[in-house]
Parts: sequence; C-alpha cells; structure tokens
Amino acid sequence: MPPLWLVLIVLALGVVGYVLGRQKAMTSADGDSRHLHSLPVYYGTNVSLFVVLPALLVMVCWLIVQPILINNSVAGQIPASAIPDSGTLGLVMSDVRRVADGLDLAVSQGAMTGAEAGALQAGATDVRQLLADVGVALGSDVTETTLSAAQSFRSKSATGNLVMTVVVLALAVAGFVYSYGRTNKDFRARNVVEKVIRGILILAASIAILTTVGIVLSLVFNTIEFFKLYPAADFFFGTTWSPSFGGGSELGVLPLLWGTLYISVIALAVAVPIGLFAAIYLSEYAGPKARGIAKPLIEVLAGIPTIVYGLFALLTVGPLLVNTFGDGGALGVDWMSGASSVTTAGLVMGIMLIPFVSSLSDDIINAVPQAMRDGSFGLGATKSETVKQVVLPAALPGIVGAILLAASRAIGETMIVVLGAGAAARLSMNPLEAMTTVTAKIVSQLTGDADFASPEALVAFALGMTLFVMTLGLNVLALYIVRKYREQYE
Amino acid sequence: MTDATANSPQPKSSLLTVSPRVKQRNAAEARFKMYGIAAVMTGLVFLVILLATILFNGVGAFQQTFIEVPVYLDAAKLDKKGERNIDDIKKVSTFGYTPLIENAIFAAVEENVDNNPLTASKETKALISASAAAQVRDVVIANPEMIGETVDFRILAASRVDGYLKGRVTRDSIARDKNIDAVHLDIVDQLRAKGIVKREFNWAFITGADASESRPEQAGMGVSMLGSLFMMLVVLVLSLPIGVAASIYLEEFAPQNKWTDLIEVNISNLAAVPSIVFGILGLAVFIQFAGLPQSAPLVGGLVLTLMTLPTIIISTRASLKSVPPSIRDAALGLGASKMQSVFHHVLPLAMPGILTGTIIGLAQALGETAPLLLIGMVGYIASNYPTGPIAGFMDPNSAMPAQIYEWAKRADPAYYERAWGGIIILLVFLITMNIIAIILRRRFERRW
Repeated sequence: MPPLWLVLIVLALGVVGYVLGRQKAMTSADGDSRHLHSLPVYYGTNVSLFVVLPALLVMVCWLIVQPILINNSVAGQIPASAIPDSGTLGLVMSDVRRVADGLDLAVSQGAMTGAEAGALQAGATDVRQLLADVGVALGSDVTETTLSAAQSFRSKSATGNLVMTVVVLALAVAGFVYSYGRTNKDFRARNVVEKVIRGILILAASIAILTTVGIVLSLVFNTIEFFKLYPAADFFFGTTWSPSFGGGSELGVLPLLWGTLYISVIALAVAVPIGLFAAIYLSEYAGPKARGIAKPLIEVLAGIPTIVYGLFALLTVGPLLVNTFGDGGALGVDWMSGASSVTTAGLVMGIMLIPFVSSLSDDIINAVPQAMRDGSFGLGATKSETVKQVVLPAALPGIVGAILLAASRAIGETMIVVLGAGAAARLSMNPLEAMTTVTAKIVSQLTGDADFASPEALVAFALGMTLFVMTLGLNVLALYIVRKYREQYE
Repeated sequence: MTDATANSPQPKSSLLTVSPRVKQRNAAEARFKMYGIAAVMTGLVFLVILLATILFNGVGAFQQTFIEVPVYLDAAKLDKKGERNIDDIKKVSTFGYTPLIENAIFAAVEENVDNNPLTASKETKALISASAAAQVRDVVIANPEMIGETVDFRILAASRVDGYLKGRVTRDSIARDKNIDAVHLDIVDQLRAKGIVKREFNWAFITGADASESRPEQAGMGVSMLGSLFMMLVVLVLSLPIGVAASIYLEEFAPQNKWTDLIEVNISNLAAVPSIVFGILGLAVFIQFAGLPQSAPLVGGLVLTLMTLPTIIISTRASLKSVPPSIRDAALGLGASKMQSVFHHVLPLAMPGILTGTIIGLAQALGETAPLLLIGMVGYIASNYPTGPIAGFMDPNSAMPAQIYEWAKRADPAYYERAWGGIIILLVFLITMNIIAIILRRRFERRW
C-alpha cells in the first residue's frame, strides 16, 4: 500500500475517532455537557490524537530506517567479485535500485506480473530491453548478480511495506481502543490533550537544536572522512590549492582564507564608513521626514537577493573596472586582466553590507540615552563634537558588534564571490587580481561530477567546517559584546 | 563683583565677533554633517544605479523579435501517403520542416528586399531560431488539416537578429561570427521596414521553459517559476506551523532553564549561519543520508525551511511579546487554561505580525541561491513542465534564482539579457510580497 494511502486511512480513522469519542463522552454525561470534566471537543481530540500520532510517528521512523536496513542486507549479498574494478559498491547498489524500480514500474504498467518479475533470469530475457520498454533506461546490460540482488531488494521492500502497513494500522486501532475505553464524563481529557500539545510545541522548538546538530554532524563526519584521506596539517598550512580529480591534489586552505579575508576587508572598508556615517546622520541630524524616506530606501539594499549583486558584480562592476584599470582603459594602465577580481567582489559586497551596518548602528546609537547628549550640549559642544566624543564612545561596543556581524556576513557570502571574484586560488597582494574564497570553492567542489568519497569532494566539508567555526566565533563574540553593552544603560 | 568685571582683561571673543576657534569648530561641524549626507547619498545612489542597471539591461528580455511569414505546408513533404494519418505526420521530424520555413523566409526576402543578395534558401538559416521547425511542427501536429495550405506563422528570429534589433549585436561585433554576416543584417533592416520582422512582447519569457545553450531566444522562466512555487509551498507548510509552535513554547511556556537557554542561543546563532552551510546540511542529510532525489523542489524547500525558521521564530516571538499581559490575565481570570488563553486569545491577536514575519521570511527564501547550488538545482536544464503536483515536488527542477545563475554562467551574451530579465521577474515577486507584508502590518497592526 503506498504510504500516501496509509496516511489518509490513518487520518480518516482519526476523524472517526473524534466523532465517536465526543459522542461517547456526551452519552456518558446524558447529553448535558455541564456534567463533563472538559469541553466535548477535548474528548474527541483526545481519541483522534491517540489514533493518529503514534501511528504516524512509527510510520515516519519506519520509512527512514527500512531503506537503510534493506540496502545494507542487499549490499551484503553482492560478492566482491561482482564489483567492477573501476566502480564501487555504491555504483552497483544504485544499479540494483534502478533495476528494482524498473521492475516495479513494469509490474504497475502491466508489462508483466509480480510473479514473473520475481522469476526473471538475466540469461533468459533481455532485462535491459524490457525495462527500456517501460521507460527506464539503463547504462549497461543487467548482470545475473544485479538482477538477483534487485529481486531480493524488491521482495524485501514488499515484505517491509506489508509489515509496516499492518503495524501502523494496528497501532492506530490500538490507540483508538485505549483512548476510547478511557473516555467517560470524569476523564480529564483537556489535561491530556494539553499535555500532548505541549509536547508538540517542545518538539517544534527543538528543531532549532536538531538543525544545529545536523549541521555539526554532517560537517564533522565528512571532515573526519576527509582527514583520513588527506593530512590535516597539509590542509590547514598548505599554501597551494590545486585540486585535480585524477588524484595528486594539493588542498591547502591558506590561499582560500586569504582571498576570503581580503575580499571581506575591502567590503568592510566600503560598508563601515558609509554605513556608520549614514547611521549617524539619520539618527542625529536628519529630521523625521528625511529619516522616514532615506532609512527604508537604504534598507531596500538589504532585501535584494545576493544573486542580483553577483550579476551586478559580474556584468557591470567588473567590466567597469577593466575599462578603468585594464589594458587600454581610461587610466592607460594595464593593471587588470579579467573582470573578476578581489576589488569587484569586495566593492559589491560592500554595497550589500551598507544597510546591515547602518541599521544595526542606528539602533545602537538611538539606544544611547538622550541625557548624555544634553549634558554635552549644555557644556557647549557642537553636535559633531557630541557625536564624536560622547555618543560614539558610548555606542562603541555595540558598533563593534555590528561590524563583527557584518564581517561574518561577508565571510559567509557566496553568490557575489562565485560570480565576481574568480576561480583562481592565489596568495597575492594585488587587489585587481582574481582570487577565490572558501565559499566559492565549496560550491565548485560539490557541484562537479566528483565521487563523494574522493578527497576533492570531501574537502568541501572541511572548508564548510572552517567557515562554520569562523562565522560562529564571530557571531558569538558579536552577540556577547552587544549584550554586555546593553546592560550598561538598562 | 563689579571690580572683578572691570579689571578683567578684554574678552577674546563676543557673541558678535566670531573667533578663529569657533570658526574652525563650526567648519568641522559642517564638514561632519556633509560626511553624513554624503554617506546617505552614496547609499541611495548605489540603490538607484543598481535598479537602473537591472531595468536597463533586463527590459530587453521582455521583447523578442519575430518574423511573420506565410509558410506553405507542403503535403508532399509532411504527409507523403496523403492519408492525414496523425501517426504518419508525427514521423516527420523537425528536419522535414526546416526547408519549408527556409523557403518561406527566402520568398519573403525575394519579395521585399531589393536585389536579393541571397542565392539559396538555406542561407536564410541564420535569420531563424533553431527552434522554429519544432514550433511549426507542434502546430501542424495539433491541426493536421492545415497540411497543404499556406499558413501565416510568427517565427522566432535567431538570437543574433534579436540582438541586432536591440543593439547588443552590431556590424563590428559580428565581423568574426560564423553564424551570421552583414548581408543578413541588411536583409533584417529591410524586412523590418516592411513590417515582416517585428519586436513584440515576449510572453514566452515569462511562461516558457529553459532552452539549450545554443538557443537563448527560446529560453523562459516559466518552469523555474513553478519550481520556486513548489519550494515556497514546502517552506510555507513547514515553517509557519513549526515556527509558530516553537515561538509559542519559548515565549509562553518555557521554564527558565538550561535547555531553554540552549534553544534560544541556538536560534540566534542559526539566523547568522551562512546560507551555504545550510546547503551542505541539505546535501549531507537529505540527499546523501535520506536518499531524497537531487534537484527536487522538495529538498530545496526543506533546506530553505531550516534556513527561514530562525527568521520566522524571531519575528513571531516579537509579535507574541507585543500582546499585553492583561489579555492573558483576563482569559485566565475567566477560567481558561494557559493553553486556551494562548490559542484562543493571544495567538489571534498576534496573527497579523506573525503573517508579516512569515511573508518576509518567504521573500528571503525565494531569493536565496547558494544552498540551491549544492543540492543540484543548477546545471539542470529545466525544459519540461512538471506533470502533476507530486512530480512538481519530486522531479528535478530549477528555481528562479538558480535559473538566473545558470544563465549568467552561459557563454552567449544573449543569456545575460535573460538573466537580467529574470531578476526583474524575481524582484517583482519580492516587491509584491513585501508590499503585502507592509499592507498587512498597516491594516491590522494594533497598538496597545
């Protein structure tokens, strides 16, 4: 039975349970809801929760666990001799799954019966042709081992699905019997239902933890895998980045970190002065009208997707810089050869970060108590002197926090550098040269056709780990500084 | 007192004469203010430049060049048996149609261009899109009775002809182009004057599918828009209930303990994790571990859900917090349970704020590209519409930002115009969503 149908059946049972539960509660109170402990709704909800929740939970777990178990047991059947020299077990298994899916499709289209599919012999019938007829194209002919593995895969899945259907339906019925049996006018249905709902709320809140755990686990496991194939010292201290999927790659992270930091520094050099002065002007000088217009407009810059900035860097800013600094350009100097460079990406990223710096600093400057400004004015200071000598020193920790957050954004930014910074990893001081970053290399290492077990693909996880640790460190530091500062004035 | 005043030295400055020091301070003040104005102006100028660039470069994608010619659908070629049997007609491939179209264009050139420079109908190939034959074939298969007649077609022009009319392709730039030469451009000029070559609004760009690298004139955003739509459905269905449930727990029920602190720190950190890391998570967990299909909008939606959850939780908590405690107290005082007071009174009052936050979170997710690169939504040519709702979630597809990235990477400059055009469509969606959010806030927000 397809899972979708099973879900629908369980849900239908839930609805039936709701009606029956409510009815039983009302009958037990002689049709007068004042004699019930809880509102009638809760009795119905109680029954349907008991029907639906355990059944669906078990079903979800089953659907996750079953393929893994079957995969392992079928993979155990494949003898080492059946694996071609050039391939891996994973490739053979994906063939097995394709054949199994193809057989399923053939059966569902009526090209053969289920029994025929189980009894197929690779020697006797042309399985490839048969599957091609139902629309499954295979790369090579089906060997005897693959076919028999596929058949056992099918039969195990079928058994598994059957058992799952039985177990899930049994659980739903058991839940119904249990909760329906408990239903009477003195049963505290509301307390039970509210406890269950509270559990659901806690579960939802824990998803944030699960996400972090998922991120950390997926990074850590693959990074360990990578360090088994490639020495960690070479990764962290290597100065050459030249992956080659044929083997013999040099995967040193230093050129990537250098590119990342260089671009981030340029971006901050653009964003911090502009953002900070904009924030000072908007909070200290501008009238409410100018502020009401300028502030949202600057914040529009933050709402523009990064792909737009990436395209802007690639197609507008890059060519503009080449026309200025390149061969035969406006300045007559030949400093720049291609459109993608550290400056291209840095400038555009700076524009992207302006609203980030300005709105965070704006909040912080506004949080400085008015009394401090009044005191300064009273002593005869001008507005700019007040800002420079009173407001900014008071807001400094918060502004540093804002800049750190902006830096973490710059380090983690992907699309602008993928499109604007270039692909060559080098350690160079020239800001008009193409360089690459950690994020750009994560993308390029994971979007190729590389085998996931090779160090060239796994290195992306080590890069991701580096990135995650760096940004996390900056965020924690920034949040700590901002929080500490806030305590001073509250 | 009087003595002291009388004996004191002449004051260095008065209110009427400005001392050099005050002058200097005032100048510093004016300079400082100017810096501020300059900074704000720079920000605004960047915004204007950015929007102007997008509009200037992207508007072209909404116009496309067509050639309007009568094509004689030769029965001898398209239906050799003459039985009008649909299976026989389907057997004729696009190669059978190309000569007919070339003949039609050649005839039009013959008729409208003074001393026709072309010698053979094959030479008109440079003017028409490679997809023209398929376009005509589809029409014929849908209406077999047309065979043997002369039918007016609006044929898609080649991307270089289109580029010439839009100014992207010039006579200088084609000097070394083997696909088209100056003779063709002369023909285009004359045909245009006669109204046979036309620029018209390009619906196919909004509704159409992506095309292969060599025919940018045919590429459209339609399929990737559907991909984005399915992704956003997943994000909405998962992140709104989970986000609201999590916020309710944290804001209304959570006891002050280590676990709650851990969750809170986690959420604020997740909001600042680079989006590409979520892509790595999606690749490792959803694709490698759970075995979900690559490039599927379902996986994209799941990844974007995890990414937008912190945003939605933060804004939902803010709007729950803004509901005054007196509402809760009144509900509790009337005998409601804590759960009832929250679900019956606090949540409905916080709903406008929650929806606003959700829409803004969705808008963010809609424009996000980096995680989609890792789960394989780029490099896939989205040329087929999903066949049904389930296929929409599970079959490989692209998404709007991924499609834009894909176009930006292609070598043909004609695709850059498409990429800018795609950005215009994407921004229209984002602006619409944000305006809805603003209207919701203005209309329903209550100040207590």
